[in-house]
Amino acid sequence: MPVPVLKQGDILIASVVTALTDKDLLHLKDELADKIGRMRARGVVVDVTALDVVDSYAARMLRGIAHTAKLRGAETVVVGIQPEVAFGMVELGLSLDDVETALDLEEALAHLRAVGARRGRRGQ
Amino acid sequence: MASRARVVIESESDIVAARQKGRELAASCGFSSTDQTLIALAISELARNIVSYATRGEVLLSIVDDAVTGIQVVAHDEGPGIADVELALQDGYSTVKSLGLGLPGARRVMDDFQIDSAPGKGTTVTVRKWKR
Repeated sequence: MPVPVLKQGDILIASVVTALTDKDLLHLKDELADKIGRMRARGVVVDVTALDVVDSYAARMLRGIAHTAKLRGAETVVVGIQPEVAFGMVELGLSLDDVETALDLEEALAHLRAVGARRGRRGQ
Repeated sequence: MASRARVVIESESDIVAARQKGRELAASCGFSSTDQTLIALAISELARNIVSYATRGEVLLSIVDDAVTGIQVVAHDEGPGIADVELALQDGYSTVKSLGLGLPGARRVMDDFQIDSAPGKGTTVTVRKWKR
């Protein structure tokens, strides 16, 4: 099932609402990379609150999404990793070291606005 | 709920089906939600190995009633097999483009781990987790 992607200002919000297959994740990565350009987004939020498992493939895809977005000029924040999911990732040996994370959507938006404001000041 | 289940693994969507079935079974015999997640995670990694390396196989789930209750997961395929099992159990080793954490990770999140594999003979991984 595809992940709906909404736009709020210059931020894209992808809310995962159900378990994702490998194909869904790959599709999301491609779609976000494309939409960043078409919608001139500066930030991406991937909300994984509904995911009950983040396995090695999903972790690799989330990193792929963040790295691709970065190369396209947008900052990514992954939000909503549940406590058990985080514990499982640690046990398995998975990390999102180079990916920004936040507790929820609100915090992610605040972070992206702060990054945007810093960029704006530099641009002046 | 039945105390065993068999999920045929033929495509990547079967990976999701297998881990959901495993979680249901683990929940039905009273595993904590953290343990349910760890069991689902191990199933996900083992089932993905089947898709990545053997194309098709099966995941057999069952409840084991010993002195304590546990869940057993058998991931079986008749694929190419593993030439060097020791190497395959090391973190970061992969012959497909993956993180190489599936097998060693599944071993870490479960209590018992057994692997039986030889080139040309397929692979059977058996893991168990016991209720604490």
